[in-house]
Amino acid sequence: MNGTIVQAAAWSPARTYALEAKYEFLKVLRMPGYALPSIAFPAMFYLLFGIMFGRGMVGGVSMPIYLIATYGAFGVIGASLFAFGVGVAIERAQGWMMLKRASPMPPMAFFVAKLVTCTIFAAVVVGVLAALGVTLGHVRLPSAAWLHLGTTLVLGAIPFCALGLGLGYLVGPNAAPPIVNLIYLPMSFLSGLWIPFEILPPAVKTIAPFLPAFHLGQLALGAIGAGAGAPVWSHVAALAGFTVIGLGLAFWGYRRDEG
Amino acid sequence: MIAELRGVTKTYGSVVALDNLTLALEAGRVTAILGPNGAGKTSAIRLLLGLTRATRGTVALFGTDPRSPAARRRTGVMLQIAKVPETLTVREHVHLFCSYYPSPMSVNAALAAADLTAVADRRYGNLSGGQRQRVQFALAICGNPDLLFLDEPTVGLDVEARRGFWQQIRGLASAGRTIVLTTHYLEEADALADRIVMLSAGSIVADGAPHQIKARVASRRIRCVTVLPAAAIEALASVVSVRRDGSATEITTSDAEHVVRQLLFRDPGLSGLELSGAGLEEAFLTLTSSQAGNEARTMVGAGGMR
Repeated sequence: MNGTIVQAAAWSPARTYALEAKYEFLKVLRMPGYALPSIAFPAMFYLLFGIMFGRGMVGGVSMPIYLIATYGAFGVIGASLFAFGVGVAIERAQGWMMLKRASPMPPMAFFVAKLVTCTIFAAVVVGVLAALGVTLGHVRLPSAAWLHLGTTLVLGAIPFCALGLGLGYLVGPNAAPPIVNLIYLPMSFLSGLWIPFEILPPAVKTIAPFLPAFHLGQLALGAIGAGAGAPVWSHVAALAGFTVIGLGLAFWGYRRDEG
Repeated sequence: MIAELRGVTKTYGSVVALDNLTLALEAGRVTAILGPNGAGKTSAIRLLLGLTRATRGTVALFGTDPRSPAARRRTGVMLQIAKVPETLTVREHVHLFCSYYPSPMSVNAALAAADLTAVADRRYGNLSGGQRQRVQFALAICGNPDLLFLDEPTVGLDVEARRGFWQQIRGLASAGRTIVLTTHYLEEADALADRIVMLSAGSIVADGAPHQIKARVASRRIRCVTVLPAAAIEALASVVSVRRDGSATEITTSDAEHVVRQLLFRDPGLSGLELSGAGLEEAFLTLTSSQAGNEARTMVGAGGMR
């Protein structure tokens, strides 16, 4: 009964990573409480404020174009914070994470699977907004700008996945949904994702640069030529900093769970 | 030694969960860790699995760190957990866990072994309590592990389901697996294990073959109405505890006949005499009360369990 270890050499973790991601995605897709609002809320907001009431120009572009970038960021941030913040808090509390830790699953597979799932949802959110913009909002952009915007938003999921992960280790399963909402919604407003940054009160404009959502919003706006003017690297650096904070919190929480 | 705790102390804040515990598990045997809530059973399992760190002492699994991938690929685990993700099917859960191991069972074989074939395509959220428990059992065995940890595998199951589980565990034991299970039930430990380790307040109070343990814990409870003061009863040989319950007195003892004889001799007016087998709680009192505890330890030494 000690002979089985020999075959371990032939075993490869690649298949585990792939299956872990596949089943994480299926698991989340079948949860109407996550999948539906993640996609429907940004789409609804965009329809209402971007297309039905979106008149005039802002930041040098039309309102429907401007708001694709900011509601895209809003959607990506929501999908990431909820999947990680609430998902991890619940799976920790229910002991599922402990069983996974006791299993031979490579620990990174668990997090990579969640990250992959998150970026797929982010891509869907952005795709839905783009489709609404093109069909109902008469948005026309060069394909290079679409590509730039889409890539920025989907990659923009990463820092918010990290922050969500940190939150998931910080809070309990019952507190997680309200706390994530309390962070997510005010942060989105203060970062100019609902109402263009240009027309926010000055007090809010001074707060915004301290919020990660502001920096993703500005990068997305930059992709369509409507950023507020700070250099790209400053936004990237700020998001990298928030990623480190999120991962640091998660690492601390992971160690704490090990007792 | 397939798994070993050496001089392990585990504290949570000021609470001592395990107190300088040394325990070695040999290959190919079924060991039951028996004890009441808070005895340290779950802490012992978590330490052996590398899920928590020892405050003092060393832990080894297959001679290495329990957190190493090599050790984990030879280990299957069933924990007491509240919930498995509900939106995946039984087959999907088992398929994923099979992929963690170098030479797993086929998914269908694992499903059949846990008696889940009929509900394989049902989502976990739509299963009954017993079926859910069997899914967790399937996740534990699907990797063909050499060593299986089952933390209270039958808690909350009805009698029939429990017997079914026992059958499956016996099957694995006869196939040469090393099994460690924790339980509240002496009956369960007796039915399955080659060796029973009794924990109380973080220490081993008895360790031996089931028949040895049963002999130790065959304590009984006497209930009667007597004028004798509690202190006088406590002074009798073999009395473990005395408790007043209204007008009645409850006595736990390892030698009921002797105590009854003494009581009737000292109090001719004694009435309402009842005698019953004691539960596990009383058995632990028997073992942890000072003189009996020492005897139990002596017996372990004589029995050569280690």
